[in-house]
Amino acid sequence: MALRLSREAFNHALKDLSKEYKIYAPIRLKEIGRFSETDVVRYGEISMVEEIVTDEKSHFSPKEILFPITQTLFYFTEEEYKEPKEDGKKIIIFLRPCDINGVKRLDQIFLQNGKDKDIYYECLREKVKFFMMECVEGFESCFCVSMDANKTENYAAAIRFGEELLLEVKDDGLMNIFQGLGKETNFTPEFIEENRVKVCLPDVNKITLELFEHEMWKEYSQRCIACGRCNFVCSTCSCWTMQDIFYDENKNNGERRRVWAGCHVDGFTDMAGGHGFRKNYGDRMRFKTMHKINDFKKRNGYHMCVGCGRCDDICPEYISFSNCINKVTKIVGEERKS
Amino acid sequence: MDINTKKIKKNAYRVTKVRGKTALRIRVPGGHLEVKYFDIIKEIAEKYGDGSVHITIRQGFEVPGIDFDKIPEINRMIAPILQGLELDYGVSIGDIEGGYPAAGTRNVSACIGNKVCPFANYNTTDLAIKIEKAIFPNDRHVKIACTGCPNDCIKAHMQDFGIIGQVEPIYDASRCVGCEACVKNCKKRVTGALRMENYKVKRDEDRCIGCGECILKCPTGAWSRNPEKFYRMVIMGRTGKKNPRLAQTFLEWVDEETIIQVIVNTYAFIEDYIDKEAPLGKEHVGYIVDRAGYHIFKAYAFKGVKLGPKAKVANYIDFGGYTYERNIHFDRCNE
Repeated sequence: MALRLSREAFNHALKDLSKEYKIYAPIRLKEIGRFSETDVVRYGEISMVEEIVTDEKSHFSPKEILFPITQTLFYFTEEEYKEPKEDGKKIIIFLRPCDINGVKRLDQIFLQNGKDKDIYYECLREKVKFFMMECVEGFESCFCVSMDANKTENYAAAIRFGEELLLEVKDDGLMNIFQGLGKETNFTPEFIEENRVKVCLPDVNKITLELFEHEMWKEYSQRCIACGRCNFVCSTCSCWTMQDIFYDENKNNGERRRVWAGCHVDGFTDMAGGHGFRKNYGDRMRFKTMHKINDFKKRNGYHMCVGCGRCDDICPEYISFSNCINKVTKIVGEERKS
Repeated sequence: MDINTKKIKKNAYRVTKVRGKTALRIRVPGGHLEVKYFDIIKEIAEKYGDGSVHITIRQGFEVPGIDFDKIPEINRMIAPILQGLELDYGVSIGDIEGGYPAAGTRNVSACIGNKVCPFANYNTTDLAIKIEKAIFPNDRHVKIACTGCPNDCIKAHMQDFGIIGQVEPIYDASRCVGCEACVKNCKKRVTGALRMENYKVKRDEDRCIGCGECILKCPTGAWSRNPEKFYRMVIMGRTGKKNPRLAQTFLEWVDEETIIQVIVNTYAFIEDYIDKEAPLGKEHVGYIVDRAGYHIFKAYAFKGVKLGPKAKVANYIDFGGYTYERNIHFDRCNE
């Protein structure tokens, strides 16, 4: 079903949906940004379509909805433990095709990597419906087309923003909500076909230990400051660490949390006894790069990076990941397109 | 040559070491101006001066080598500068073709501020202009500067009133990954106001100076800004021959209205307490505060001021600084 509907009608539907769903979209948080008088655009709950930021890429990806930055796994006392109560509501996320493809990679890591599923991720993931925001222009740093992440069929509904809204509804459960709210029309979303940034991907079969020792990483040893912003904004970085908290007033009680971790950040590879594998920042850049465009593909048949370009946008040292991939490809040779 | 030096000094010209030559000082409130004014300054320097211009410490321009009799002509030439950099800011000047009406209260200078600098917590030029509007023209000798953050690049600590931008950092523990970037940086570069507790960060509000470094360093946005603007005011800093010293903190976490009102109120304090015998009727406000006492100054400063809920006020200030003679504050009774 496809509809042309007014913003009022859509807001009416959102109001209906909010009884059953928490609705997340990229929103603008005014003047709370890093620099004075700058905004932050990131995922938050909305109640009206006007709150959705459509003309700017969210600084952080929607992964924090499915994989919270801090997540309590269970509370413990001396004898017992208990998982936190689940929020009964289902979830709608407004997101672009690259981010839907990002979630596909998170699914791969959390649900299909080994015999056990990550139940905490699964519990949230099962509740989610995607409202795909049509994206045909992209932004300055995007390279989703090169990463083959510019298209997806995996959405409950797709939306084109304008004075009026065009909506394609694929999910049967949503039909009755939108039925009669607008005029039936022919609409299927379009996808971006060309980005300003183009990336040539390396032939992973030609990536050897020689590349690991290559001069190219030395530049990043000098430039990277190991802040981890690239990891945290990435829609596919999925590493986390554990924290056991013992409550101040009674140390026998506490909780276990998991918290995002980033391979660029100090402490990521620290072992008992103080040994760390990648003290050198260039080594960390190499490790991340190899995960995004080498070993993930060897394991799963497609690249991890979706080319959303957020890491390029956020890096305070202006390190471009797309350019890094191109450098690797120049050294080892391009992959053959199938 | 018959020159009324008192008059030309108030007109922002000065008596120079070269007999018959004067120099013009041009104010640039907030230290920022459109380049179109350069053309006028260039023309004055080439036509009436020696073709050079000095950039003053207070961010004005000083055009040397001018003949005294050219003052009226030059004053007409700088009318567009007075229009653009004073009247348009809301400053009242009676005769726009008569040059600057006062020079006592110096140009309100400002660091580059948040127009450019990532550390700055506010638009320093905008505040400097608002202050200029509130206090100029004025003959009393007062120096004011606005700086974006406690790095104090404009040297607010060398002013009678130094305004330092503050930001209240807001912490969202759920976004914190415990990387400690903020804690380590605060310890190394700032005051060590942050510490880790149970993998999350605790901020000591009394130690925090509101620089915003934690917000800058945070990779996840766990630290964000309170969009409300706050300021610290340091007062009565000075250079000079008698008792140079850094300004000391008078107010913290106050709003823009308070800053402006306190400065405006100070002029009434000066009128009441200035040394009536002061040479040439000039006395720097800092020395007046020294003589009258901090609490008298404070009482004047707070007239009509309503402090916000986060405001902090010094209950005593030890101004310190140094003197060239240990017993400078003693008078010999037989003299």
